[in-house]
Amino acid sequence: MFFLDHIWLIPLFPALGAVCMFFFGRKLSKQAVNGICVGLVVLAFLWACVAVWQYTGYSAASPGKPFEKVLYTWMGTGDGSLGYVMHGGRTAEFRADAGFLLDPLSSIWLLFVTGVGMLIHIYSIGYMGHEGGYYRFFGYMNLFMFSMLTLVLANNYALMFVGWEGVGLCSYLLIGFYFQRHSASTAANKAFIVNRVGDAGFLLGMFTIAWYIGSVQYTKVNLLARSGQFHIGDHWITAACLLLFVGACGKSAQFPLYVWLPDAMEGPTPVSALIHAATMVTAGVYMVARSNALFVLAPNAMKTVAIIGALTAIFAATIALVQNDIKRVLAYSTVSQLGYMFLALGVGAFAAGVFHVFTHAFFKALLFLGAGSVIHAMSGEQEMQHMGALHGKIKTTFGTMLIATLAISGVPGFAGFFSKDAILWETWSREAGAYRYLWYIAFLTALMTAFYMFRLIYLTFFGKPRMNHEVEHHVHESPKTMTVPLVILAICSIGAGFLGMPHSLGGSNRFEKFLEPVFAKEAIVLEEGGKTAQVAAGEQQVEHTDPMEYTLMFASVGAAVVGWFLAQRAYKKADKGYKEPIQEISPRFYKTLFRKWYVDEIYDWVFTGRKKVGPVRLGAMGLGDAMWKFDANVIDGAVNGAGWSTRMSGTLSVLWDKWIIDGLFVNGVAMVTRLASYPVRLVQWGLVQWYALVMVAGLVCFIFYYVVKW
Amino acid sequence: MYNHILSIILFTPLVGAVLLMLMPKENKDAIRWMGNIFGFLGFAVSLPLIPWFWALKDRVGFQFVEGAPNNWIPSIGSGYVIGIDGISFLLIMLTTLLGAISILSSWNAIQDRVKEYYVWFLVLQTGMLGVFMANDMFLFFVFWEAMLVPMYLLIGIWGGPRKLYAAIKFFLYTLFGSVLMLLGILFLYFHHHTLTGVYTFYLPDLYATAPKIGGHAAIWLFFAFFVGFAIKVPMFPFHTWLPDAHVEAPTAGSVILAGVLLKMGTYGLIRFSLPFFPAVAMTPWVRQFVIVLSLIAIIYGALVSLMQKDMKKLVAYSSVSHLGFCTLGIFALSPLGLSGSVLQQINHGISTGALFLIVGILYERRHTREISEYGGISNVMPVYATITLIMFMSSMGLPLLNGFVGEFTILQGTFMENKVWAAWAVPGVILAAAYLLWLYQRVFFGPVNNPKNEKLLDLSGRELATFIPLVIIAFWIGLYPKPFFQILSTPVNNLVATVRPDYPGLTKPVLAAQPVNPNPEAATPLPEPPKSPATQTSPAGGTPSQTGVTQTHPPVRVVRRPSTSLGQAFSAASGTNSSVGSWALSPEPPSTKNQTQKPVPVNTAKANLAAAPAALGK
Repeated sequence: MFFLDHIWLIPLFPALGAVCMFFFGRKLSKQAVNGICVGLVVLAFLWACVAVWQYTGYSAASPGKPFEKVLYTWMGTGDGSLGYVMHGGRTAEFRADAGFLLDPLSSIWLLFVTGVGMLIHIYSIGYMGHEGGYYRFFGYMNLFMFSMLTLVLANNYALMFVGWEGVGLCSYLLIGFYFQRHSASTAANKAFIVNRVGDAGFLLGMFTIAWYIGSVQYTKVNLLARSGQFHIGDHWITAACLLLFVGACGKSAQFPLYVWLPDAMEGPTPVSALIHAATMVTAGVYMVARSNALFVLAPNAMKTVAIIGALTAIFAATIALVQNDIKRVLAYSTVSQLGYMFLALGVGAFAAGVFHVFTHAFFKALLFLGAGSVIHAMSGEQEMQHMGALHGKIKTTFGTMLIATLAISGVPGFAGFFSKDAILWETWSREAGAYRYLWYIAFLTALMTAFYMFRLIYLTFFGKPRMNHEVEHHVHESPKTMTVPLVILAICSIGAGFLGMPHSLGGSNRFEKFLEPVFAKEAIVLEEGGKTAQVAAGEQQVEHTDPMEYTLMFASVGAAVVGWFLAQRAYKKADKGYKEPIQEISPRFYKTLFRKWYVDEIYDWVFTGRKKVGPVRLGAMGLGDAMWKFDANVIDGAVNGAGWSTRMSGTLSVLWDKWIIDGLFVNGVAMVTRLASYPVRLVQWGLVQWYALVMVAGLVCFIFYYVVKW
Repeated sequence: MYNHILSIILFTPLVGAVLLMLMPKENKDAIRWMGNIFGFLGFAVSLPLIPWFWALKDRVGFQFVEGAPNNWIPSIGSGYVIGIDGISFLLIMLTTLLGAISILSSWNAIQDRVKEYYVWFLVLQTGMLGVFMANDMFLFFVFWEAMLVPMYLLIGIWGGPRKLYAAIKFFLYTLFGSVLMLLGILFLYFHHHTLTGVYTFYLPDLYATAPKIGGHAAIWLFFAFFVGFAIKVPMFPFHTWLPDAHVEAPTAGSVILAGVLLKMGTYGLIRFSLPFFPAVAMTPWVRQFVIVLSLIAIIYGALVSLMQKDMKKLVAYSSVSHLGFCTLGIFALSPLGLSGSVLQQINHGISTGALFLIVGILYERRHTREISEYGGISNVMPVYATITLIMFMSSMGLPLLNGFVGEFTILQGTFMENKVWAAWAVPGVILAAAYLLWLYQRVFFGPVNNPKNEKLLDLSGRELATFIPLVIIAFWIGLYPKPFFQILSTPVNNLVATVRPDYPGLTKPVLAAQPVNPNPEAATPLPEPPKSPATQTSPAGGTPSQTGVTQTHPPVRVVRRPSTSLGQAFSAASGTNSSVGSWALSPEPPSTKNQTQKPVPVNTAKANLAAAPAALGK
């Protein structure tokens, strides 16, 4: 049990690598960087394998019993002294632990994240060999592994959010790895900010859970959600689920928040494989699957998930039909496949969705790494217009990519067939009525998938060579560190499917069995609670023996074959200036698809404001501009106005003081006095003799007056 | 040392300032050394407070109380009383740390009038520390105003091109708020006299009487205080002094301005506005009004920040947005909102302080802050670019860094009060990523286009030293915020219990009753209260208030103030109860004993909340 008890070390191994690169990376040689970063990820993988093995022993008695290990209290005081008032006036403790949880669901993610991650790390040794910033790249990759493993192993939503934002940061750093390219740094910003929109939904969803249920710890939330005290269709649980799904849309690139993922291909190719195909983008699926106890209580949220998933699947597939950049085709293909996964979750086929995540991780990582190998061989060329006829020159790459293409197209025997077929069948069988349309959408998407994937194969490996001579001359197979991971992934792309072979094909569907305890409980619990089990709840008990299943299976295989055939017809002999069939049919439609339905343009007009609508700038930047003008002119204007009017009144006071108070009253009085003094001065002019004369004259007058009177 | 730790922390910078004044101004390096020594010493003397306060963190009320009511100007009833609780403790530590860092960062930036600069900086330190320590409204107001002058001079003398405009705007704007607040303080002072016949500015006494003011008077008073604090925070729409002051201030001035000065506003709201006028704060329209202003500040500040062309102005407007979160948390009026708010104040001090240092470093090298002048800086200054990215991430609230912990707690606390408020605050988090990442892209990414940027030097050892403590603390709070929550839970629960007596799960508040230590002999360290059994997870269910009341409280020694002061005589002359201590409202005359025992309940919210999971699992 040592390895299981120390499960928290698994994320810390790559974290240690990242810290080493942060402090000493600059001084280390490439071998040392390889040793530390790749070595620690290999260690994490081995540790994870042993821990999962020990976990199967731990949970042998009661299947699905989660193993929990709390390291310390992360948020909150840990002793209950900090709390909040939740729904219904009850108090709840504010708490989120640095705690780790292993159950079948996280086991699967743990294994393929470390496994695929390890292979991609090894591949990167070859791919990044000639690039600058070698240590920086591996530091970021290790940091990503840390975040992803934290996300997967967390035992509560808050800690999951740590990993959730952490992978967003790493994605930002790695997309912007070639930071001197403006397009790369812009794509990095876009990824982070669009993800933040989703994260905001996640946060609010988490708060809703904390408020309504009183804890963010999975075990407590699940316990309460399954206790039967909430009725199906509860509004607050629906709200919580929808908000969580907004977060999932951001991270897992679902409509309308998918826009960042295609641009994320600006990063180095191993990054696209690791982060933007195999692991990080499945975080949303993980989160919804993890919250299945809540989602089954919210049928409306489930429907939303299914519809958004199906729409995203077909929407992205249409765009992928006409793209020319090899990585961009794969990016839209990823978005489309993620749509499948959400479709599965939305119809309640959680295990099928998770199974598709699992198989997809292998063949999509393989496709990306294969594309990287092609780009490597083509001296950096990514446009398929300038490729062609590579199958003889890079045989391993061709062979492995072909396997992955067969897998993603759903050709029987390959992994994608089993998982995609499971989704299609569950979609058909679980929901009746209008929901059958989702099956038709998924079916059509399957056809398109086969078409665009084989289009990629034919344009890249067949037809006439369309590159210039210099490039053609340099075409070479990649080094062993790159081809060996390709081969291993190719083996997985075939083998992984058999883990989930359905009963109808004589398999035992071990994968579903393994996951059953995580998902199946709800159906039972809800029935015990005296409520009808929801159709979408948990895994279905019906045996897979419906004849319809075989019909649908043939249909989906048929779709794959038709797609393959169409692609072969159009591109097999592609020479310079080859024709796109869709362009032949409708140039306008082709352009719309090529410009990705103008979604990026609309976002730039409406939300970011990077593009002006006529003369007006809308969106955040337009609003910011308006606010800034308002601030500078109105608010600060008012402040300065107050200052100005104070000064003005001061000036007026000075004038009043000078001219009225001092001028009129003080100096005025003085002036009057002075003016009055002039006539007086005429009399009083200071000659003493004159005064004496006047006195004498006066005296004479006096005397004369009295004398005459008498 | 133990008994006078607060005074030592408070006056160490001032002593430094006086000593600096005695030095000849020609020897600039000696002055710089002296300034730095005292800047560091100011931080060093505050370090012992950490373990000492940690031991007392579960105590309600002010700790390390020094001085006595009315001992300073007895004729008006003002005293030199200082004391701290968890909230002020954290802010004091932030102040001493940022003070030391900003003094260190000024080494090259300040070249003329060096002596005056360091003198005023140290005086500013004392002023700010005093604000966070004062337990007497008069003393508080003195510090509050005294701190304005050095800041005014720092901006006005060592500032940028429009320094006088900015300095005067800052000074007058703040003064305008202070005047209203002064009127409010005087009202409380005379009201206290009307009720008790005692003239005093002693804070715990005013805590007892101020809430008794009712009706319109209370609302007017609330807003008198509110405007004073809101200008300081600054809240929308009183914020326009801030960008000007920041842009013009020298780097260290900006760091202190953003890191500490703004917190005086939020601190005032927490320390005075809420407990003085709990009924007003809980009046729906008042609360909603303040919350709406906070929400506007969050979104508006972020949007305006997005469009700035000057880096420093961008950071300044981001402060408006961040402080919006702080005031939102305060007026969420819940333990979570308040503790998140205080934590966010600390975080903002760390992150935004670092952001101003970051801008200052580029400014020192290029003498411009125009974003368009830069580009591709990470090519030439990789270490600087790394530190910047870490601090940007901290500022935008990335988990495992400090900003997230504060924002998360505030948002959750707000969400529990009102979902709409929280929903409106969340876009601020998205926009924070937008303006910071866009800034980062324009300054650090891309090729070096401007030839002037080609030879920029990366961080020197001294510059790196200013960042390292900030980065460490950012990670500490992000990875292990538990000690901070533990320090905050007691004062915050107490405050919420004061403002909202009906808030479930909290014991009765103990704001008014304060132990006062008059003589050092009596003020030996109080024995640590035995850990209440409530700290363990209690299986007891039941209604929270019941469990809260039934807890036994360890007695806390209360030392009575000897009646010798002139204030006593003054009170005696007024022919009424001469007590100004814990018994201000007691109908009986105070006992003449010098010491008495009085049980003071400690916070027992723990028990109630620990019971919650039990209720959950039913």
